[in-house]
Amino acid sequence: MPFQLISIAVFLPLVGFLINGLLGSRIKSEKAIGVIGSATVGISFVIACAMFFDMLGSPPEERSHIIEIFKWIAAGSLNVSFAYQIDQLSILMMLIVTGVGFLIHVYSIGYMHGDPGFWRFFAYLNLFIFAMLNLIMADNFLLLFLGWEGVGLCSYLLIGFWYDRKFDKGTTGDAAKKAFIVNRIGDFGFLIGMFLIFEMFGTLTFKDVFTQASTLSVGNTTIMWMTLALFLGATGKSAQIPLFVWLPDAMAGPTPVSALIHAATMVTAGIYMVARCAVLFALAPTTLMVVAIVGATTALFAASIGLVQNDIKKVLAYSTISQLGYMFLALGVGAFAAGLFHVMTHAFFKALLFLGSGAVIHAMHDEQDIQKMGGLKSHLPITYKTFLVGTLAIAGIPPLAGFFSKDEILWKAFSGGYWPLWVMGLIGAGLTAFYMFRLLSLTFEGKPRWDQHHLHPHEAPKTMAVPLIVLAGLSVVGGFVGIPHSLGGGNAIEQWLDPVFEVANRKMFLTPHAVVPLEYVLMIASVLVALAGIWLARTWYLKKTEVPEQLASRNRGVYNLFLNKYKVDELYDAIIVNPILKTSEMFLWKVFDVKIIDGIVNGIPRLIGMFSGVARKIQTGVTQNYALAFVLGVVLILGFLITK
Amino acid sequence: MDLSLLLHDTLAIGPISLITLVGLVVLTIEALHNKTENINCWISLVGLAAALVLSLVQLPTTGTAFSDMIATGGYASFFSAVFAAAGLLTVMLSKSYIKKQSIEHGEYYAILLFAIVGMMLMAAATDLVTLFLGLELMSLSFYILAGFVRRRNESNEAALKYFLLGAFATGFLLYGIALLYGSAGTTHIPSIVGKAGMLASSTMFLIGCGLLLIGFAFKIAAVPFHMWVPDVYEGSPTTVSGFMSTGGKAAAFAAVLVVFAPALVRGVEPVRDVLAVIAALSMIVGNVIAIAQTSIKRMLAYSSIAHAGYILVGVIAANSYGAQGVLFYLVAYTMMNVGAFGILSYLESEDGKNVSFDDYRGLSASRPTLALLMGIFMFSLTGIPPFAGFFGKYYVFAGAVQAGYTWLAILGVLMSVISAYYYLRLVVLMYFSEREQDAPVIAVPTSGLGMAALVLSAIALLGFGIYPSVVLNFISHFF
Repeated sequence: MPFQLISIAVFLPLVGFLINGLLGSRIKSEKAIGVIGSATVGISFVIACAMFFDMLGSPPEERSHIIEIFKWIAAGSLNVSFAYQIDQLSILMMLIVTGVGFLIHVYSIGYMHGDPGFWRFFAYLNLFIFAMLNLIMADNFLLLFLGWEGVGLCSYLLIGFWYDRKFDKGTTGDAAKKAFIVNRIGDFGFLIGMFLIFEMFGTLTFKDVFTQASTLSVGNTTIMWMTLALFLGATGKSAQIPLFVWLPDAMAGPTPVSALIHAATMVTAGIYMVARCAVLFALAPTTLMVVAIVGATTALFAASIGLVQNDIKKVLAYSTISQLGYMFLALGVGAFAAGLFHVMTHAFFKALLFLGSGAVIHAMHDEQDIQKMGGLKSHLPITYKTFLVGTLAIAGIPPLAGFFSKDEILWKAFSGGYWPLWVMGLIGAGLTAFYMFRLLSLTFEGKPRWDQHHLHPHEAPKTMAVPLIVLAGLSVVGGFVGIPHSLGGGNAIEQWLDPVFEVANRKMFLTPHAVVPLEYVLMIASVLVALAGIWLARTWYLKKTEVPEQLASRNRGVYNLFLNKYKVDELYDAIIVNPILKTSEMFLWKVFDVKIIDGIVNGIPRLIGMFSGVARKIQTGVTQNYALAFVLGVVLILGFLITK
Repeated sequence: MDLSLLLHDTLAIGPISLITLVGLVVLTIEALHNKTENINCWISLVGLAAALVLSLVQLPTTGTAFSDMIATGGYASFFSAVFAAAGLLTVMLSKSYIKKQSIEHGEYYAILLFAIVGMMLMAAATDLVTLFLGLELMSLSFYILAGFVRRRNESNEAALKYFLLGAFATGFLLYGIALLYGSAGTTHIPSIVGKAGMLASSTMFLIGCGLLLIGFAFKIAAVPFHMWVPDVYEGSPTTVSGFMSTGGKAAAFAAVLVVFAPALVRGVEPVRDVLAVIAALSMIVGNVIAIAQTSIKRMLAYSSIAHAGYILVGVIAANSYGAQGVLFYLVAYTMMNVGAFGILSYLESEDGKNVSFDDYRGLSASRPTLALLMGIFMFSLTGIPPFAGFFGKYYVFAGAVQAGYTWLAILGVLMSVISAYYYLRLVVLMYFSEREQDAPVIAVPTSGLGMAALVLSAIALLGFGIYPSVVLNFISHFF
């Protein structure tokens, strides 16, 4: 029975964490640490594959399994098990997490070589995989939340991995704190959502909640608030408006971390959670509308910031936010399968791009400014070629992976009648193609803008190059599982996920559509937009290099707005952070805490202490006195009982 | 009684027979040989481990033995396992301690084993006579153990005080048994509990219950029958204090829960009121006076009084939640208190010093592992998740709320907050305070066996805290 192996698959990374975390400082060999870290994830991946093939071979209705590991909490009416749900959705996520995770572990062996915290890094990475697997495999909200918090913790630990390095205006530690605190706001929403679910359904198990929910009718107010709260949680973890501000700062961590956590896996947790709760969201059209609008807006908004950033990782960070926006757009218009499809393809090409950028940073000795790069094509041929594949994939050029998934989302948005959102998505797609080719051109092509006498960039070692090549391969072929009917494919991934979203689709009256000519028109339109973006980027940054400068100086206002990220950080500082700090300091600390709380806190113990000092004197040490107290007790008790 | 029945019954109470036998073997070896401490220690360890396994094996099959005087399996086996585990940990910790204190005599183990036999009898008793037999066997063993450091005055004082007051309390207990027999016409405990509803209006029955309760209250160290506790715990050898406060208390509570079973407590309202007042007073007095202590040993003594109060809350609740809570609490309390006293015994000097709060300043720097373990025990005693101490409190308080004793639960939580002061003060001193310059550095002889006991307790606390159903699965069908 491969499904019983799930506990091994989930807990192996924990074992890796324990070995590397507890003994890592004593293991002198980097190789041993790296192998332990990678192998535990690798074996999980193999088990996931075995389960996947087993599911492929069985009829759709027998593909869902619930494996209980142990009873976790039993308190009153709250019964929660440590139980895992293996179905079409969770196995897909598990394959992505363990597969991409394994590649990034291998890559890290090369990338982190020589770092004094090598063992710590692998321990955290393994702990992350463990938490992430709990998040996606959980069969109930509480276990999901455990994983949810766990990945948040690991993200914090890994962003601040080089806790003493400078980053932006502070240290990486500040960036880690920012990520954690912003995520806490989202977590608060998730908690509220979970409370409402327990209040309404009396259980936290997915199966029971969704079964009960499927009998409800669309438009329930409680469900609306519930889903909005859950979605707030999703915006935190998946970096959407208004809680996206932590993700760009998360780039303070080592690059493999950015690739694994802040691009390929953890940030998709919000998408996964919303998809998992598809039934609930389907009952709340208002929430779905909010999800779709937030998604489309974020997609466009983040893409516009990406246009002018000069830090290689920041560009990729905003591109991640933007792509996550597309995924939420898909969820919002009810195209759950398309959203998940994009999660998968995005995991491939975004992990590839991040790892590629890591190879560049590695070669340039920690330089991240693309203005100081250029012409790296000949020095880093493998990195360049794989990066090019990733860039084409994200730009949506057929037949690479990104084309199919993004186009599916745009088509679903349009055919669902949300044409303004489609327009936003289309513009975003053009911007994406533009900034990605700007990045590619500035980094790899043109003339070198770095000190050629002192820097001699070398191609990455094998442990780094092999994952790049594998991911590049996946970025090419990954989209073939979702070729739409209009292009003669079977959209296998949609069919695969269909049973999971069946009820949700029924609630939303979504039925499979027939192929219409319009679909081809839109497809061509989006490819043309992407090509236009690419052409513009190549012209401006390779041939007429003076154009961007002129444009920037002519439209100083807009340019600065993009460059300064719409000043959202400053806005939050002004309207939220600073007022809170001020109130905390002037009132909560100096008045409420010092005067009132400390008064009570110090006063009561002083009182108890005084009483205590007196009371201990009763303890005289004289046995007769003890006997006397004893007798007094006897008299009182018997007296009470007799008079009753 | 024919021979095969005797054999059958002796096997049915396997752990009791086994430990008795091991105790006799240890005593014989001690009498015949010199330098027997090592071998006696290992024999005791093996015997206790075997008893622990045997208890768990016998747990699923319940019955009675010796003409319905002793219960077998189930509840009795569960407690046999707890006592065997507590004994096992205590013996592991004792080996190096009694050597350090120059009291390495083989009788130590024999008497400890007989105390365990007494405890097992108490938990297994279905008759007041058996109960009394077990109680006295345990108490007599403890009187001797308390005075085991003969050269030290405090130890002699502890033994004498404990004996005098203990004998005093036993008198009340016996009177109680007599009056219960007079009113109910039987000493068979389940029968008495069954008739409790009918007898509730009989003054003789009420006084019998009251006297019995006083006897038990002395053993569990509840206010106002607690006065002996600080002096005895402080004067006794530290490992013995640890065992008295855990095994001894658990045995007394095992008996309390049999006699003052949920059915009786629910049926006889005045007794429930008395219990509630005793519980409240124990929580208040124990916690408040603990604050003023400078010796950790005395602090733990008062904390033991406070914990008696918390556990009584579960008895008062008199529902399955509360009763299961009592059992879970006792398991957790055994682990954390044996551990805390174990660390005290570890760091105690030859002359019984080095057990005050000030001696623990900066321990995390000199002995990081011990400081970490002590920290775990203190957090668990405070009742902070994820340690087992939290779930113990949670279940007894939840039971109380369910039974309508919300005020007791609130009082218990408030008192837990106060307890955080003195438990965590130790953690603060260990971790955030520097050792005074002229203070002598404690030279601790490391003992692998003792360390293993401490680590095992800590792991159990964490394991039962994260996964309480390990314990709850055993006990869920008792009530």
